[in-house]
Amino acid sequence: MPEGDGRNMKSLDFILRRLAKAFFVVIGVVILNFLLIQLAPGDPAAVMAGDAGAGDAEYLAQLRAQFGLDKPLPVQLWNYLSGVLTGDLGYSYRNQLPVLDLIMDRLPATLLLTGCALVFSLVFGILFGVIAAWRRGGVLDSTIMFGALLFYATPLFWTALMAVLLFSIKLGWLPPFDMETIGANLTGWARVKDIAWHLVLPVVTLGLFFTAIYTRLTRASMLEVMGQDFIKTARAKGVPKGRIIRRHALRNAFLPIFTFASLQAGQLVGGAVLTETVFAWPGIGRLMFDALLSRDYPVLLGVFLITAAMVVLVNLIADLLYRFVDPRIEQGA
Amino acid sequence: MLQRIRSACAVAMAVALSVTPLSAQETPQPGGALNMIVQPEPPILMVGLNTQGPTLYAGGQIYQSLLTYGKDLEPLPLLAKSWDVSEDGLTYTFTLQDNVKWHDGQPMTADDVVFTGDKFLREAHPRWRLIANTYVESITAPDPQTVVFKLSKPFSAFIYSFELSSFPIIPKHIYEGTDYRTNPANQNPIGTGPFMLKEWKRGQYIHLVKNPDYWKPGLPYLDELYFRVIPDSASRAIAFEQGTVDILRGGDVEGFEVRRLTGMPDVENSVEGWEMYSPVVFLEMNLKTPPFEKKEVRQAVMHVLDRNFIVQTIMFGIGQPADGPFAATTKYHTDDVPQYPYDIEKAKELIAASGVNPGDYTIRLMGLPYGSQWDRLAEYVKQQLEQLGFNITIQAVDPGGWSQAMSDFNFDLAFNFTYQYGDPAQGVARHYLSSNIVKGTPYGNNVSYENPAVDQLFAEAASSTDPDEVAAKYAEVQQILVDDVAMAWLFDMQNVTLWRPKVRNLIRTGIGLNESMDEVWISK
Repeated sequence: MPEGDGRNMKSLDFILRRLAKAFFVVIGVVILNFLLIQLAPGDPAAVMAGDAGAGDAEYLAQLRAQFGLDKPLPVQLWNYLSGVLTGDLGYSYRNQLPVLDLIMDRLPATLLLTGCALVFSLVFGILFGVIAAWRRGGVLDSTIMFGALLFYATPLFWTALMAVLLFSIKLGWLPPFDMETIGANLTGWARVKDIAWHLVLPVVTLGLFFTAIYTRLTRASMLEVMGQDFIKTARAKGVPKGRIIRRHALRNAFLPIFTFASLQAGQLVGGAVLTETVFAWPGIGRLMFDALLSRDYPVLLGVFLITAAMVVLVNLIADLLYRFVDPRIEQGA
Repeated sequence: MLQRIRSACAVAMAVALSVTPLSAQETPQPGGALNMIVQPEPPILMVGLNTQGPTLYAGGQIYQSLLTYGKDLEPLPLLAKSWDVSEDGLTYTFTLQDNVKWHDGQPMTADDVVFTGDKFLREAHPRWRLIANTYVESITAPDPQTVVFKLSKPFSAFIYSFELSSFPIIPKHIYEGTDYRTNPANQNPIGTGPFMLKEWKRGQYIHLVKNPDYWKPGLPYLDELYFRVIPDSASRAIAFEQGTVDILRGGDVEGFEVRRLTGMPDVENSVEGWEMYSPVVFLEMNLKTPPFEKKEVRQAVMHVLDRNFIVQTIMFGIGQPADGPFAATTKYHTDDVPQYPYDIEKAKELIAASGVNPGDYTIRLMGLPYGSQWDRLAEYVKQQLEQLGFNITIQAVDPGGWSQAMSDFNFDLAFNFTYQYGDPAQGVARHYLSSNIVKGTPYGNNVSYENPAVDQLFAEAASSTDPDEVAAKYAEVQQILVDDVAMAWLFDMQNVTLWRPKVRNLIRTGIGLNESMDEVWISK
């Protein structure tokens, strides 16, 4: 058998095994979430009776029967799991819509926000980290590291409010909230520009914390690599400094950054509740929070499921990509 | 012989006179869009299935009820143009408006009203179901314009059962024979109101547009309504300041923001438009839990809580100290009741007289999960009760946890507030009737108060057809309840509405912004 085929088979075997594991992890998470949610006081029927301003045992029983809450817990779990396996995430009686519809309606907004924040923080984090390492001990290094420490330590909601105060209210440069201009009925390119404009503040706010982390991570990693012998050799050979940083140091320093980025990517779905709240961003974080308050179990479980699946998927992809980032890593070994 | 006859003309005249003088002198200008905030985002807009504030606010533009109520709580025509009450108080006959159509073009008739009261709400609406099962013998439609409610026994507050949150008219042709909760029309509501749902982008906005076939000729004035979803309180204040929204409703922003925003130029404000609801905030003391079964201890609690301080400092001056179970704006309220002025020494004397050693008790105090003012209130009550020697633990809960604990009577002390719906029999008696010591709702007799005299007085007042007799019974019941301190009533809640002066004729009735905004207009 040619060597290449052997490696491909090994990769395929690796992917299949990881997928099988991922499947069981997700199912495990679903079961755990289902059981954990039962521990919270209150159920959707009690909350809905409360909303209605009155209620009696008969009314509560009627609601519970409609939600399927009157059945024994194992039966409820079995019904839910069977639904999940056939792609049915249940029905939100509160919103009176299928859970999958509710989630798919909100998922794009969250992915747009968190995806842009990921790219923003990676680009600027690496850039500032490299500059700080390059100018180690200088004014630029100190300034960058001070900024990184500041944004690492600042609570997100405070950054968000201050950003709104400065850029929206004082300067009037950027919209303070919403995903697009409501009532403008824009289409095509004008709408894309409008959304991009509304994205700036939430993306920067959400991205600043991670930018700070990437900056510190990149700087530390770069400094470690730049002290190694092969860098000294390259310098001795007269390779220009910029080339050393780009081709030699950064590539070798990238592994911890990549690892952290894959962790951040796992939070693409559920990691922006605060930002979505302050900026009235119509994402999944708000859906989850509202569902929690109203004990809308099917919606909560659906969001948890999608979040867990995202974490598992991103981890899988990251594991596969490690070999490209650092070919010394042999998967499945 | 008819006891009361209301003619549409007379009442329409009364409504016209009740509007602000400025707008009365001006000619309404049609057109324009009104921007508001709906907070929190309602799960649905179908007011027959969800009667939360946000649902009523947006859904009230889509659905309508038979009657509405003035700021003085007088019933006013809406989908019913007139009504008669028989002298024995057992027959209510409503005549419907002409040419009312559902948003899908079908005519709205008396059959829809019968379906609403007899089928839909009896199944899905716990408050109506209680009234219907207790009092309503039959609902019939002798002709397409007439509906007759026959009661099994007189109910003096029955006329207050026809407000939007209690009796929204539901289209029979859409809901009959279906599962009400999963009917697709819940997502595309069909009502008779001045506005129709155009688009709902969940998490962003609800967009309503003018109903071109609205039954009031020439109305509504406005073309569009936007109910925007802005989850953060500070962002909502910014939205109003920047002119993104034209109206802030009570509860949209925190109390300290209300004070700041009312001081801004070009901002109108009013506490009117809540008379029908008149929420009273109270501290429920579980009478099944020692030491609150002792009257002296409850009286001591009243004396140790400075209700003026609560209103002025914690609630930023928004509200009125309460003197009893009836809000000052609810019918039959009297202030001729025992008084409990702020007096710590008196409170200590009462505790001593009760024989209770406060140090023996660790008491749970359940806060309300609605923001910082409620947290401060819980901290204040804890601090005051600790002055009497009690050990108090504040329980932080979310709305689901609060609902469950209240419904199961699993609390020692808990804050609550409820709407009074115009008449004590609708919104007050439920907290004190021994027959209402029923688990399953946070809004019943959750403290387990039992007093046969109170039961009898409430029953007699509810079944009397003589207004003077009703007033006397309610005066007596207030005196007993306040003497007993069935609860510690803290304050009558006020909700401040803020709006830009260009918005005219905004608050016209006792249900305020839940009212159909058909006569609201924007000055250009």
